[in-house]
Amino acid sequence: MTDYAELTTREAFGKILTELGGQDSRVVVLDADLSRSTMTKYFAQAHPQRFIQCGLAEQNMISIAAGLATCGKIPFASTFAVFASSRCFDQVRMCVAQPKTNVKVVSTHGGITVGEDGSSHQAIEDIALYCSLPNFNIVVPADSIETVEAIKAAASTEGPFYVRLGRSKTPVVYTSGCSFKLGRADTLREGNDAAIIAIGIMVYKALEASELLEKSGVSCRVINMSSIKPADRQAIEAAAAETGAIVTAEEHLLHGGLGSIVAQVLASRSPAPLASLGIKDTYCKSGKPDELLEANGLTVGDIVDAVKSVLARKR
Amino acid sequence: MSRIQAYSREFMHCMGIPGHMPLPMTEYSIEDLKGMARKLRRHVITMISTAGSGHPGGSLSAADIITALYFRVMRHDPKNPRWPDRDRFILSKGHAAPILYAALAECGYFPLEWLTTLRKTGTCLQGHTDSTLTPGVDMSAGSLGQGLSVGIGMALAARLDKKEYRTYVMLGDGECQEGQVWEAAMFAPNYKLDNLTAIVDFNGLQLDGPTSKIMDLEPFVDKWRSFKWEALVIDGHDMQQIVDALQKSAQVKGRPVVIVARTVKGRGVSFMENNVDYHGKAPGKSETETALKELA
Repeated sequence: MTDYAELTTREAFGKILTELGGQDSRVVVLDADLSRSTMTKYFAQAHPQRFIQCGLAEQNMISIAAGLATCGKIPFASTFAVFASSRCFDQVRMCVAQPKTNVKVVSTHGGITVGEDGSSHQAIEDIALYCSLPNFNIVVPADSIETVEAIKAAASTEGPFYVRLGRSKTPVVYTSGCSFKLGRADTLREGNDAAIIAIGIMVYKALEASELLEKSGVSCRVINMSSIKPADRQAIEAAAAETGAIVTAEEHLLHGGLGSIVAQVLASRSPAPLASLGIKDTYCKSGKPDELLEANGLTVGDIVDAVKSVLARKR
Repeated sequence: MSRIQAYSREFMHCMGIPGHMPLPMTEYSIEDLKGMARKLRRHVITMISTAGSGHPGGSLSAADIITALYFRVMRHDPKNPRWPDRDRFILSKGHAAPILYAALAECGYFPLEWLTTLRKTGTCLQGHTDSTLTPGVDMSAGSLGQGLSVGIGMALAARLDKKEYRTYVMLGDGECQEGQVWEAAMFAPNYKLDNLTAIVDFNGLQLDGPTSKIMDLEPFVDKWRSFKWEALVIDGHDMQQIVDALQKSAQVKGRPVVIVARTVKGRGVSFMENNVDYHGKAPGKSETETALKELA
């Protein structure tokens, strides 16, 4: 048995995909010359007939995946998040989103923690782009354990999916298992003074922040909003109503992603002070992942400060 | 019942019964096909004229090829549009939707009465093809350059499933200015996809003018050959040549086939022929009458 907790999210993806491929011959995998990085190489080794190497042609890859889907296949198309989003956006829109083809786009190297490769490789707009597409389900797993569940859900749920994974090893949030459900937020920690809603690598940091805040007497709810579309609006409303102060945290631009979705729900249904952590309308630079997170206000300390700021604005 | 509900009920009816086997197709002679092509052209004029907008030029240039495909060459079943073993057709130049709709209606995929609902609110016949609404349309199109890639996916699926069906994709010549076409052109021979036929409706005109002036594609056939395709060049209005080329394409082993069909934009209507203005303009009342007379 694979110990997924030991793996990066992309390794977990590669392994579970290979397993799913063994169970269901409809699963086919496409990659654009990055299979050794996206880890679809495991699938390629185990099921070479159903691995489709597309070379450096992401637009072609997405449309091919759609053609396969119309014939009953369950295609997983994989590349880095920058290329899986902006590079082939029209193909995703025309061949997947509008006709609702059963294509699963799974990207790796999402966000700025791709690090040293610099801005060309740091996907900070991908969630916004995919959120803009009708018919898409979008999942940003918090760790490798949730990745496995998200990929299983994508394979077994009819319709377009975008799953965003990272590059580096992330701490495990779900040490005792995970029951991922599309459209449902997972409350990892109860609390009544404020709520932190996070996705991806920021979920573990939110938990760390909540522990620090606990020591100073602040009871913080922590919500993993991995299923970002459809979003669990009820969980957001309830958090706002019950805690009265919200912080969001994402490794993505402030606009168009988690922060925007939460702001929309709060503004229309359940107003509460909100502080959003994310990248502030700028491209980032080369650097070590932790240094980049620090430079962009995405550390545990930044979350703590944000919680304090919304608490101060509470009536 | 609203018009939209009425259409969607008919849509469900027309999507057929899974597992149903196709009825044997009537064998259309070359003369029959020519007659059908004329009929489809008349539908195109009436449809676009009624809609008040649309793309007559590229629909008329593609008419003979589409007729040959739907009434002679392809194995398909209008009573069961999702028959898994059907040959696939993708109209990558999605703006020529009217000619495809006309063919589908004449085949019996949906009632002929639908044709004059083209582009109207609530219709199943959208301005550009929409696979979620029209029985017999396998993939939405309209943003150019993507259909050949989709066809590759269908051809790969056939190979994986050991199915005999063939995939046909029709592109426009102007469309071949899109980079993705050449990504697909590179891919298909690498995968030795000999169950795939691309057809280029080479009418020489695009919205802004002649393709040779806007962005010259020549040497066009050489490009495909250098990408390792088997290339056939035909007169895209000679029904015998069209049928022969399509049938020949199915015999080629080890690589995909492109049929470069030299056509005339607006073919069949004198004032539309080679007239770039009719790329995307509907005929008025008197023009419609003249066009229908010429096509009688």
